[in-house]
Amino acid sequence: MIIFVCVVFQLRSVSVDLNNDVSLLIDIPDALCERDKVKFTVHTKTTLSVFQKPEFSVPRQHEDFIWLHDTLVETEEYAGLIIPPAPPKPDFESPREKMHKLGEGEATMTKEEYTKMKQELEAEYLAVFKKTVQVHEVFLQRLSSHPVLSKDRNFQIFLEYDQDLSVRRKNAKEMFGGFFKNMVKSADEVLISGVKEVDDFFEQEKTFLLDYSTKIKDSTTKAERMTRAHKNVADDYIHVAAILNSISAEENTALKNFTFLQKVEGRVASDQELKLTELLRYYTRDIQAAKDLLYRRARALADYENSNKALDKARLKSKDVAQAEDNQRQCMQKFEKLSESGKKELTSFKGRRVVAFRKNLVEMAELEIKHAKNSVSLLQGCIETLKNC
Amino acid sequence: MERKPPPFPDSEEQEAHSEKAEEESGDDDDDDDDDGGEDIFTGNGARTAPLVLNAQDLFSEEGSYPGVQEPSVDNQHASNGLRSDDDEQDLFAEARVELSLDRSSTKGIREVTRSSPSAPDISYKSSTSKMSFEKPEEEESNDKFELNIAVTHPEKVGDGMNAYMVYKVSTQTTLPMFKSRAFSVRRRFSDFLGLFEKLSEKHAQNGYIVPLPPEKSVVGMTKVKVGKEDTSSTEFVEKRRAALERYLHRVVSHQNLLQDPDVREFLEKDELPRAVSTQTLSGAGFLKMINKASDAVNKMTIKMNESDNWFEEKLQEVENEEQQLRKLHAVVDALVNHRKDLCGNTAVFAKSMAMLGNSEDNTALSRALSQLAEVEDKMEQLHQEQASNDFFIFAELLADYVRLLGGVRNCFDQRIKTWQRWQDAQSTLQKKREVEAKLLWANKPDKLQQAKDEITEWEAKVTQYERDFERICATVRKEVLRFEKEKSNDFKVHIIKYLESLLVSQQRLIKYWEAFLPEAKAIS
Repeated sequence: MIIFVCVVFQLRSVSVDLNNDVSLLIDIPDALCERDKVKFTVHTKTTLSVFQKPEFSVPRQHEDFIWLHDTLVETEEYAGLIIPPAPPKPDFESPREKMHKLGEGEATMTKEEYTKMKQELEAEYLAVFKKTVQVHEVFLQRLSSHPVLSKDRNFQIFLEYDQDLSVRRKNAKEMFGGFFKNMVKSADEVLISGVKEVDDFFEQEKTFLLDYSTKIKDSTTKAERMTRAHKNVADDYIHVAAILNSISAEENTALKNFTFLQKVEGRVASDQELKLTELLRYYTRDIQAAKDLLYRRARALADYENSNKALDKARLKSKDVAQAEDNQRQCMQKFEKLSESGKKELTSFKGRRVVAFRKNLVEMAELEIKHAKNSVSLLQGCIETLKNC
Repeated sequence: MERKPPPFPDSEEQEAHSEKAEEESGDDDDDDDDDGGEDIFTGNGARTAPLVLNAQDLFSEEGSYPGVQEPSVDNQHASNGLRSDDDEQDLFAEARVELSLDRSSTKGIREVTRSSPSAPDISYKSSTSKMSFEKPEEEESNDKFELNIAVTHPEKVGDGMNAYMVYKVSTQTTLPMFKSRAFSVRRRFSDFLGLFEKLSEKHAQNGYIVPLPPEKSVVGMTKVKVGKEDTSSTEFVEKRRAALERYLHRVVSHQNLLQDPDVREFLEKDELPRAVSTQTLSGAGFLKMINKASDAVNKMTIKMNESDNWFEEKLQEVENEEQQLRKLHAVVDALVNHRKDLCGNTAVFAKSMAMLGNSEDNTALSRALSQLAEVEDKMEQLHQEQASNDFFIFAELLADYVRLLGGVRNCFDQRIKTWQRWQDAQSTLQKKREVEAKLLWANKPDKLQQAKDEITEWEAKVTQYERDFERICATVRKEVLRFEKEKSNDFKVHIIKYLESLLVSQQRLIKYWEAFLPEAKAIS
């Protein structure tokens, strides 16, 4: 059983600063990891009168975030908005498996090697932990910085309600049964591509998002593999250093540098993971959320078209015309509302995406340069020492 | 058949030499910023500048294996029936780097075409006793001798399962015992094994550490024979070529072995008689023999009573080290594979990034993503080269020494065998004396003379074997110390080379990312 207490600070790698509206400031200052469960402390500072106190904290679990997300998705009123993607479940599988293997192999390695490997794994645990805290935090901050979603009642309950939310969660599941969500998942591709588009803007968006979505999903997978391979190389240096240290004393001094090599390589691998892979992962989910919006609009369009057809039929038959007219008007309104808000959302999404990419790519390049320069000076010192000894 | 080697100076000079060797190697690499710290020379007869062999050249930088570009040598080429170098070009991929001759105009260019991945040119100073290298500032030299050997130009001869690879062995030397100053011959793998067999037959029993040649490889060679020209078979050929070169370097850096006429013949003689018995013998075969012999030694009934623990302790050290190096080799092997993995994954990622960039609708971001794809492509190349360095500089070094340590163990076993022979002779002598005593008592004068003769014979043998034993003790001591020094130097040189390769790789990395940064910043 591993308990991690993590104090998180400024790890906003995938989104630009969302937390700058003083009226509602949210962050996750710490979290506890017990076995499989992570308990986040959600801290709110607000000037809004709708809340009972100006500052308060509540403990929340991952499932509570999911509940909040699903509730928002299934709120008809928000159909024209991009609902921020739900944070993924905290996944400690990889480091846990490695820790297990390490334990099994303890007998075959030196004490030093074992300690180093253990340190590495603990760092990995910590990195996973930090990432999951960050991604949950960003989810909340996107909600708080959205003009419409920040006013959502359930959101406010999430922030404020100091009792366990699990009761509410159960009720919600029973009410909606995840019905709408499932429909979205299975039908969206077909529907989005099937519906005839009338609006140029949406036509372009549709083409773009469908294509981009596939590509970014692919890139994310490939990036994950790459950073994992990088980590393996870094870890190998630990083993090399350990054995070299037990061989001749003469070469010992210079060969200890393999330990620093490992550190630098390890840092490069994890920075790459954070800036690049994590970026791609996040936007894969965000693109999906945008696609969901398109789906809902397409559905509304389909309904609208159907209602038109129904109205025509009704007029032909001169039966239930008023009802059909009513229905048609409603569909039209819904569709137009969706289109209008959808356009706004997608445009700001574009901007947000570009800014986030820029930030992360710049930071990643800067980190690579920094680490490489560090390596260079260390290697040079090392070589000098070796040559002179 | 003991040859008296010419007198060699004592070990101090050699130490000075090996230190200087390192300095040379260091200086050398400072220049090679552009070609990744690898002294890879390109060239064939037509392209490289003619080498002027004067005193300056002999002390040009490490790693300059002056190719045999002298007109006189070219004639030798022709007479050796060497094919024109142009034929080689097709066998190997590009990866050629022309070394900028900024150090001195007389910097030799090694006549090498390398396949990719290629072994970085490990500056190897073959040390003969009289060879010492001066600092670059001092250009004058009179009594120093040099010996440089290169194994190059692997060529396939023949077809199908009877095909074999021939390598060009080029020597450049000022040692008077050779017929000329620069020459080259063609040798095939079994020739190298033949050389090893001859040397070990003659010298191993005297306690010398005879260097081991590379292993036979049925799988590797079959692919080559069958004509599969994929990366794995070119890799295999390159691996073998580099290993054969290292083998020869080790042979000639051993004073006693260098004096052996078989070595000279190997380097000089146009045609060697085909070594047939090597069909079963190889480095691996020899190691098996060593291990069997070791077991035999351990089973000997009379345990040696060591007067000083030096031998026992040393042997223990050697065995431990062998074990450690085996472990290390396995780990470095894993590193090589992981890096190859990384290389592959990076390439795949780069492609994916390029696709994403194409799909991106923001122009500046699209361009940046394409640039990122290009950077990752370059990273893939870096990883590829680094993996090759991991292998050739590091892994192969370790593999060599695991085998060599086996050879060291063998010389310890030879010492014990020698001791055993002496002991056996002593007990035989004792028995003969008993026989004589019995005969005296039984009064058989005719047989008595024979017994006395035998006693005399065995007394001489005992004296001889005792002397042999003392001699082998001294040889083993000297050899082990020489070996340790060589090993220490070897490791240091290689580690430096390896770190330098990492250094260059990091420097290139910086360039790539610094070029990318403005593109990333330009996104809007």
